[in-house]
Formats: sequence, C-alpha cells, structure tokens
Amino acid sequence: MTALLNVNGLTVKLPVMGELRTVLRDVDLELEAGKTLGLVGESGSGKSMTVRTIARLLPDGADVKGHVRFDGAEVFDLRGEALRRYRAGDVSMVFQDARAHTNPVRRMGDFLTEALCTNDRMPRRAAEAKAIQLLADVGISDPERRLRQYPHELSGGLLQRVMIAASVAVRPRLILADEPTTALDVTTQAEVMSILARMQAEYGMAVLFITHDLELAGAVCDDTIVLYAGQVVERQRSTQLHRDPLHPYTAALVQARPEIGHRARRLPAIPGHPTTAYEAPGGCAFAPRCRFAQDACRRAVPSLLQIGEQGSTRCIRMPDLHGRLLATTGAGDEASDHQRADAAEEATR
Amino acid sequence: MSETTVVAAQAVARKRGSGRQTVRFVLGRIGGLLATLFVASLVVFGALYAAPGNPLSFLTQGRSMTPEAIAVLEAQYHLDDPVWLQYLRWLGGALTGDFGTSIIYNQPVSQVLAARAPASALLIMMAAIIVLLAGLAVGAYAGLKPGLLSRSMMAGATAVMAVPTFVAAVVLILVFAVQLGWFPVFGAGTPGLDAVHHTTLPAIALALASVAFVGRLSQAAIRQELSADHVQTAISRGLPRRFIVQRHVIRNAAMPVLTVAGLTIAGLIAASVVIEQVFQLGGLGQLLVSSVQQKDFPVVQAICLVYVAAFIVLNTVIDLAYALLDPRIGLGRRTS
Ligand SMILES: Nc1ncnc2c1ncn2[C@@H]1O[C@H](COP(=O)(O)OP(=O)(O)O)[C@@H](O)[C@H]1O
Ligand SMILES: [Mg+2]
Repeated sequence: MTALLNVNGLTVKLPVMGELRTVLRDVDLELEAGKTLGLVGESGSGKSMTVRTIARLLPDGADVKGHVRFDGAEVFDLRGEALRRYRAGDVSMVFQDARAHTNPVRRMGDFLTEALCTNDRMPRRAAEAKAIQLLADVGISDPERRLRQYPHELSGGLLQRVMIAASVAVRPRLILADEPTTALDVTTQAEVMSILARMQAEYGMAVLFITHDLELAGAVCDDTIVLYAGQVVERQRSTQLHRDPLHPYTAALVQARPEIGHRARRLPAIPGHPTTAYEAPGGCAFAPRCRFAQDACRRAVPSLLQIGEQGSTRCIRMPDLHGRLLATTGAGDEASDHQRADAAEEATR
Repeated sequence: MSETTVVAAQAVARKRGSGRQTVRFVLGRIGGLLATLFVASLVVFGALYAAPGNPLSFLTQGRSMTPEAIAVLEAQYHLDDPVWLQYLRWLGGALTGDFGTSIIYNQPVSQVLAARAPASALLIMMAAIIVLLAGLAVGAYAGLKPGLLSRSMMAGATAVMAVPTFVAAVVLILVFAVQLGWFPVFGAGTPGLDAVHHTTLPAIALALASVAFVGRLSQAAIRQELSADHVQTAISRGLPRRFIVQRHVIRNAAMPVLTVAGLTIAGLIAASVVIEQVFQLGGLGQLLVSSVQQKDFPVVQAICLVYVAAFIVLNTVIDLAYALLDPRIGLGRRTS
C-alpha cells in the first residue's frame, strides 16, 4: 500500500538577495492515511518550509528538487485547476499565527464559509449552518454571534480554534498543522490539541504536526521526524523518541527539556548555536555541537541509517552509541563518555 | 472555558458601548472641525489685515479726496472700527453667507463668488475623478501584474511626480491644444458639455502628479497585501485567484489608499489656483489672484475661507469614513 503522502529527496533553495540558499536537504517522509506524523526541530530547521512545499506555498523563485507525491500523484506537476482542487480538498493548513493568517477586515463567518461557498458551491445559508455546527464542535460558545465578529474581537486561542474548524470544514485528507499551539498558553494549548485529535479521529484525516515540543509530539503523533539544518536526522515511533533517541541531537533536545518532577543537577542546554541548512558545514551538520563528534563525522554528509525495526538516523556513530545517548548528563561524565566512545571506536577498528 | 467567558463579556461590553461610542466619536470629530475652522478664520482675517497695502488707498485710487469723502468710504467698509470688531462683524456675516461687499465689483462678495464657484468645482471634481480612476487603475495593474510594463509605469510615475503642475499645464497646452488642437487653449466655455470639454485639459494637468502618486501608493499597497499572511491562507484554501484579489487584496489595500487619495484630492484645491490662472478658467482661483493684486480684501478673505473650509471638511469626511469602514477601529459595527 502506498502512503497518502510521500516526500522523497526533497531539496529546496530559496532566493535571498540574488542567491539561492538551501533550506531543505534531501528530506524524505511518509505519512499514511489517518495517521499523525510529528515534525520537530529548533526554529529555522525547515519545518515550516517542509509543509509549505507540500501545500505548494513556496515563495516565488524557489528552486525545488525531489518528489512530493500525494495519493500517488506528483504534487509539483499540478497546475491551474488541478492545483486549486488539491489545495481546496486534499490538504489544509493550520497556521501558527492565526491572527496574521486571518483577514482583519472580514468577519469570521466569511472566513469559515468562503471555501465552502466558492469551491464547493454550497449555498450561503447551508455553509453558515455548517460553520455554526463546526464552531460548536470545537467548543466555541454562541457560534452565531462569532460569525459576525472580526478577528480582533477574538482571543488567540479562540482564533486558533476557528482556524482548525475552518480547516476541517472542507474535510481534507491531510491537515498540515504548523505549530498550531506554540503561540498559546498551556491550558489553551491542551484544549486546542484535544480538539485537533478529536477532529482527526472523527473525520479520519492524516495530520502532519509541527512542533518544537518533543513531549507533545510523543503524546499525539504515531511517528516523529526530527529535522536539523534542513535535514531529517532521525525518524522513529514517537513513544520511543524521548526514551531511546537515535541521534545525539534528539538526545540533546530531550535533555534540554525541563521536566516537571525531575530535579536536574543543572539545566542542560544544547551548547552552540542552531545551524541553518545554508550555513551547515560539510559532514554532519550537528557535529560542531555534538559531544560525540569525531573526525569521521566531519568528513562526509552522513546518509540515513536504518536501526533495526526501530527507525532511522543520520548519525554514523549510532551503532556504537545506541542506548547510551541519555546515559550521561553531567559535565564530568562527558569527558569519560568521550573516552569511552573513543575506546569503543578503537576496538571496532 | 473561563477565557471564553471573559472574551464574550468583553465583546458584549464593547457592543453595548458601540452606539454611544460612535456618536461620541463623530461629535468629537465635528467639534475638532469647528475648532479648526475658527482658527483658520482668525488666520485668514489676521493675515490680510497684516498684509501690506491699504484698501483705502486702493479705493481712492491715489486721488486726493476730501476727509468727508474718506469718512464716507471708511464708514461704508467699516475701516475705522477696531480690529476685533471688524473680525467679529466679518465672522458673523460669513456664518450667514454674507462676506461683505467687493471693493472692485461693488457687489456682495457672495454673489461674486457664486458666479465663479461652478468653474472651480467642475475643475476639482473632474481632477478628482481622474486621480481616482487613473491612479487606482495604474496602481492595480502594476501591483497585480509585475513585469516590465509595470516597472516602466512606476518609473514613469516617479518622473511625473517630480514635474511641477505649472510645467505640466504648459506642456499639455502645447501638445494637445496648440499642436493637436483637440482642446481649447483657455477659457471655461459655456455651461454643460462645452464646459467639460474646456475643463478636460486643465483637470488632467491638475491631476497628473496626483495620479502618479496615487498609482505608486496603490501599487505598493497591493504588493504588500499580496504577500500578507492572510492571503497565504486564502491561497492555501485553493480559492480562485480572482476571488482572492477582490476579497482579500483589493479590499484590504483599498482603505489606506482611499484615505491618502482623499487627502491628495483635498490638496488639489491649492494647486487649482495655478491651473485656473494658466487656463484662464475664470473660477475662484483666478479671482483670488486678481483680487489679491487689486487688494479686494473682502473677496480674498472669503475665497481663502471657502478653500480652507472645503479642505478641512473633506479631511474630516475622509477621517470619519475611514473610521466607520475599518472594523478594527471598533466603530460603526453594524452587528445587532
Ligand atoms: N521567504 C524566505 N526566503 C528565504 N529564506 C527563508 C524564507 N523563509 C524562511 N527562510 C529560511 O528557511 C529556513 C527554514 O525556515 P522555516 O521552515 O520557517 O523554519 P522553522 O519553521 O523550522 O522554524 C530558515 O533558515 C529561514 O531563515
Ligand atoms: Mg516555522
């Protein structure tokens, strides 16, 4: 069975001041109908660009290589009416900044019904009735009144719920949710997530869920992909991700996360700065920040390595390091860990 | 859910206050309008009072007159009253449409003005229509269809904006009136279509720089709106481009553009004086120039006041319209 969404060897370059800058490198991902795939990574790692490529929303002048297939069809071959139908009915975006992504001078009623009325030729009354139903579904009180309001009259959490309602209104097969909860406070975040999950179960939609919260990804996604500097560095089942990461970067993210109820001796932060795909050095992009890096890591860009049934990683040292990434957190252990790793390397030669 | 209730309560409070708020807002603007008009009347009156030259010497035309005759003239034109009394008398008259008597024409100023006003009104109205139609068309085209033609149009607009109105008028006369003979060189023509024909070239000359300005402005507004995040949303929904352009791009770009275009049109009032002079349209502007030269103070004061009032009223109307049309300002919501 082919997956609903299949991204293969996707490389994207965007024009910046007259030159093309790489933002995505050789990205592969696969998402089956009805499933949820998480996409995590620091800001600037290319998460938004990935979903914008899938929705064909790249800026003018973007240079794209590789394949994006939806239900077997090449998305980059879609033109005109076919492209419109793909955007209108197959994929639907939930944007991170709901306020910026709604027209400030149009009412929520227009926002919710415009796609139904224009694309599906639904009569206005029917579309409004459906919008009211959807608003009630996402837990918004007094939906009739909401339809007459403008975006500035709604709070961020409410607006994001309206955004989700508008996205599911057209019954897409894939929802591209770009950090739908990052801008919200914790309680609202949980509400919005549960609404999204409920809608997904109800309508059987696949969701590509972007977040930079590993724990959230673990809770709501079947599989998770970790992006670093425009590359996929790890993919595995979400539940395993924070227990047994397959890449030093993921391990660093896990350790950087302040855990409730866990008193860390010191709050580990990932040393060094996040790298963009454009500035990434030759070899492993994470090597400059990696406490396990060796000369071999800097020599060539690692390819994705399958780790048994569990998942895949872009770390060439994973066969040695597997299972030991989270073992050490203290500064004192780091050196010994390096030595141990080096010893292991010696032994394998 | 507590957040929902808070927001709902705020919305209700806002809606309840909305009607009263609108009235207060409109009254505030009208109050501001009156205050500005009052200050303007002081300035207009004061400036002319302080201006060099004495209407009496013009009335006597340098002839030596008996003190009795001078006293009669002074009494007729109230020239011997204290300044503040002259101002109050003038203001009181102006409020009832009585601007005194023209020294030159020996007629009520209001009559003199009424005879000239239609030519000026026609000129400014035609120029305003040209500014709106041509400016918005140029801007919309250049904004929506980037390319060589659009870039040339914008470069041309930049050049046109730098051309003084007077120079534009002379060039237009040379080309379209003298060489091609399509339009009369000067004069206002007889009322009706002939007047429109006579006023076309002056209106174009008056509008030209503003067309370029409004064109550039609306092009920029449309480009900015096209790249706005909410337009991304509309595109991501697979809406037809025409729909997106109409409902999201033009609609949003229109409000700031129309506001500035309105102010630009109000600004045409000042430039129209030059144009009327060049084309000898016989309107208020031309009358203003000749009255200044002939020291016909009551006429000058009246025309200045009419111009300033028209400018201020236009400004206020645009201000109010913008506030009532933009839902973000939170007034004039028509929700029940
Ligand atoms: N319009 C653009 N033109 C050029 N580069 C861009 C543009 N938008 C984003 N980028 C760059 O692409 C990279 C990935 O951005 P993005 O996908 O938004 O990251 P994320 O969503 O993971 O935070 C960043 O380095 C960013 O600077
Ligand atoms: Mg992003």
